[in-house]
Amino acid sequence: MPKDHGIGASSKRREDIRFLTGRGVYTDDMALHAQAAAVFVRSNVAHGRIGKIDTTKASAMPGVLAIFTGEDFKDVGGNPAGWLINSRDGTPMREPKRPVLAHGKVRHVGDAYAAVIAETVAQAKDAAEQLAEDSVIEELPAIVDMKAAVADASNRVHDEIPDNVCFDWGWIEDNRAAVDAAMKAAPHVVTLNLVNNRLIPNAMEPRASIGEYNPGTGDYKLTTTSQNPHLTRLLVAAFVLGIPENKLTVVAPDVGGGFGSKIYHYGEEALVLAAAKKLGRPVRWTAERSESFLTDAHGRDHVTKIELGCTKDGEILAIRTETLANVGAYLSNFSTATPTFLHGTLMSGPYKVPHVYVNVKTVFTNTAPVDAYRGAGRPEATYSLERVIDQMCRELGLDPFEVRRKNLLTPDQFPYQSPVGLLYDTGNYQATLDKAVQMADVAGFEKRAAESKARGKLRGMGLSTWIEACGIAPSNLVGILGSRVGLFDAATVRVNATGNISVMVGAHSHGQGHETVFAQIVAEKLGIPESSVDIVHGDTSKIPFGMGSYGSRSLAVCGTAMTKAVDKIIAKGKKIAAHMLEAAEGDITFEDGKFSVSGTDKAKTFGEIAFSAYVPHNYPLETLEPGLEETAFYDPANFTYPAGAYICEVEVDEGTGKVEVVAFHCADDFGNVMNPMIVEGQVHGGVGQGIGQALLEFTTYDENGQLLTGSYMDYPMPRAEDVPFYNVDYSCQTPCTHNPLGVKGCGEAGAIGSPPAVVNAVIDALHRGGHTHVKHIDMPVSPSRVWSAING
Amino acid sequence: MTKVSMTVNGKAVSGEVEGRTLLSSFLREGLGMTGTHVGCDTSQCGACVVHVDGKPVKSCTVFASDVAGATVKTIEGMANADGSLSVLQQSFQDHHGLQCGFCTPGMVMSAAALLAENPRPTEHEVRHYLEGNICRCTGYHNIVKSVMAASGQDVSALAAE
Repeated sequence: MPKDHGIGASSKRREDIRFLTGRGVYTDDMALHAQAAAVFVRSNVAHGRIGKIDTTKASAMPGVLAIFTGEDFKDVGGNPAGWLINSRDGTPMREPKRPVLAHGKVRHVGDAYAAVIAETVAQAKDAAEQLAEDSVIEELPAIVDMKAAVADASNRVHDEIPDNVCFDWGWIEDNRAAVDAAMKAAPHVVTLNLVNNRLIPNAMEPRASIGEYNPGTGDYKLTTTSQNPHLTRLLVAAFVLGIPENKLTVVAPDVGGGFGSKIYHYGEEALVLAAAKKLGRPVRWTAERSESFLTDAHGRDHVTKIELGCTKDGEILAIRTETLANVGAYLSNFSTATPTFLHGTLMSGPYKVPHVYVNVKTVFTNTAPVDAYRGAGRPEATYSLERVIDQMCRELGLDPFEVRRKNLLTPDQFPYQSPVGLLYDTGNYQATLDKAVQMADVAGFEKRAAESKARGKLRGMGLSTWIEACGIAPSNLVGILGSRVGLFDAATVRVNATGNISVMVGAHSHGQGHETVFAQIVAEKLGIPESSVDIVHGDTSKIPFGMGSYGSRSLAVCGTAMTKAVDKIIAKGKKIAAHMLEAAEGDITFEDGKFSVSGTDKAKTFGEIAFSAYVPHNYPLETLEPGLEETAFYDPANFTYPAGAYICEVEVDEGTGKVEVVAFHCADDFGNVMNPMIVEGQVHGGVGQGIGQALLEFTTYDENGQLLTGSYMDYPMPRAEDVPFYNVDYSCQTPCTHNPLGVKGCGEAGAIGSPPAVVNAVIDALHRGGHTHVKHIDMPVSPSRVWSAING
Repeated sequence: MTKVSMTVNGKAVSGEVEGRTLLSSFLREGLGMTGTHVGCDTSQCGACVVHVDGKPVKSCTVFASDVAGATVKTIEGMANADGSLSVLQQSFQDHHGLQCGFCTPGMVMSAAALLAENPRPTEHEVRHYLEGNICRCTGYHNIVKSVMAASGQDVSALAAE
């Protein structure tokens, strides 16, 4: 029987009740007394010099309360990059200032150069239109294409950066010569040129922020759509506005999806705080979807050449990549870490590859900033690897399943030091591959292909075996690699006098179901009902300093902190119980919610101990503080390494080029699973996004830097008809060796493993249909691209 | 400003609106009923779906003044009279048909409209009907499952093909 509560149970989500009845509270749902509205004036050109901004007419319009321009923020700090990356020659990256409002130049369509505060949104919009009319922006040639940006030193996104290159990074630079030599000596070399298409995250809740200021105390409050309220507080307070951290509370209430795009601090957050201070009234801004398209940090956007050296029978000897990675107009907070340490370090995948070298040049362009989006660097590495391995199989006439089996690390090789800097603690990649093969009924493929053919369709099958590094991250390691923040997390477990529990966590839930899962874990450990445990998150005035949720870290890092805090509660409870039961502390055991004296029937319930801690009449006050509340901070010893094997089957219509995903099988190893229902849901969502990337989503800027895919009319989001039911399995479990729950993280897996499986399946289908001249089709593998590839 | 009156979730309501006030704004700001969400500005995402005189409507595309006198139902009116979840809402919870919850009100309202028209839809019919509702979290798997289960179908073995 599956468990019905605690760790491993598919407990139903408690947060669903409010979401299903319209009682969730998202930022834009809050209407505060005397709240004013902010609307931004955004550049309609990709690159321009800001001339005079005449505020006279707009200021006099009905309801207008204040107008801000870049001039108002020229003396405050910029929004910083969170990682310092050094180039191959040791020089630090170029780091232009990212101001609250554009000053001097606008650098992408949507770059805000002014803001209007008015009584209502409609009034602010009217005045913003007037202000745009009264602003002089001298248009400059747009820099859109990365290769052109690097080649033309005369046209610069940032005047002080001559070749538009942020850095030129080599990983690992010391290994370069050895990799070159191995590649030269390899009996066969496969080369692929790949584009990892730019994606727009599109969390369904647009970004929104409310600033408040209390002139009586000098306290600020920012309510905002954030995945990490403490990080946002640190950035906006310490780096941008210069507010003491203790005078700023950041609240991230119900947040409607993030996928990375709500990790970062954005200028709108600083603006509403400054405006609230100036007006002494709350100021709210809510993005329209068009603004989300133009200004949320985008994802991916790599142009890569990958070379793979191998033996004629498919043993991988060396991998070398050269990548141009777009960072857009400004450095978003983690934009420099994503194409480097979240990408280059994964370039040996789950394989034993002796020689790997990764080169990444990041390039400024007049486009929206690019940063981490679900998977963040790891999907790019996985895509390059899994595509080139399939190409190797094709060139050498080898079986893609057998080749992967031959190159996968074997269970006896763990812990495994990869040639690109990671120490994989545990895994069994053969097991997930075997499982996927069984789930997909690979043996029955030919029969299915024949049935498809009878219906006039080409059927293909694609495989991807992948690994990721999650549970971000060991602070001492990332510090050496350039991170400017620590990546621990924290939790406080407060046992209330009546025995129920409030747990304050640094992780933030914006769809993941932490309120349910974290409560399952605490309840299991303390032997109490889940309903006695509440999880509090998203408010810096309530929770300990934690780093939030991204990089599949919530459970592995914050969940570990929480587990350690619970252990401290149990340890203190034993001391209290020893006193009450007149026994030695070492004789007290805790099981099923009871503190007992070993070998006797003497016991106190958890509730009795909690009550005693707060009504300490019979209590060892001389040696023990009253109260029962413990905090733990946890900094992970290593990354975690989820891995898996995905198999996709597609049908291709040769006449139209349309691709349909007809089956998708996922065999994942997430270590121990806390709530199977939620884990499956995370994989479904990730695969849905991965199919979106592979088949549909294409962010297109024209040569003038205008975003042609700036609405849901133009940017094809996956819809219910575009995807199949997914077949998901998580039974292959090699628990993480360095966290007490043995968990690895499941949030990004689907988006990492799926795109190459889809594309490999399409190429397979075309080859089976006799279109053997097709080597590769870039994502999104749209009908027009497939048709063009077929018809050559 | 003109006065507009309508029935929302069985209650007579009225308020002052501008000609340009959308039904979604009237519900959210005029009546403080923030369960109806606005996720886009092109009538594509479906987070704002409500029922107007029994039909599913994207409330961000309708002027409040155009539905004067109409009977409107929103997500806040979907639970049973005793406050418990309706069969459809309960099915979404049972089958994990939501994650961040932002698209959920529109999904539930569209799905309810589907089941009213077609009490036992096939997988294809559910996917086709929900074409106007975008979800970024779930990959739709559990949404489709929730709707089919709410119609009384056995969904325990659902996977691709």
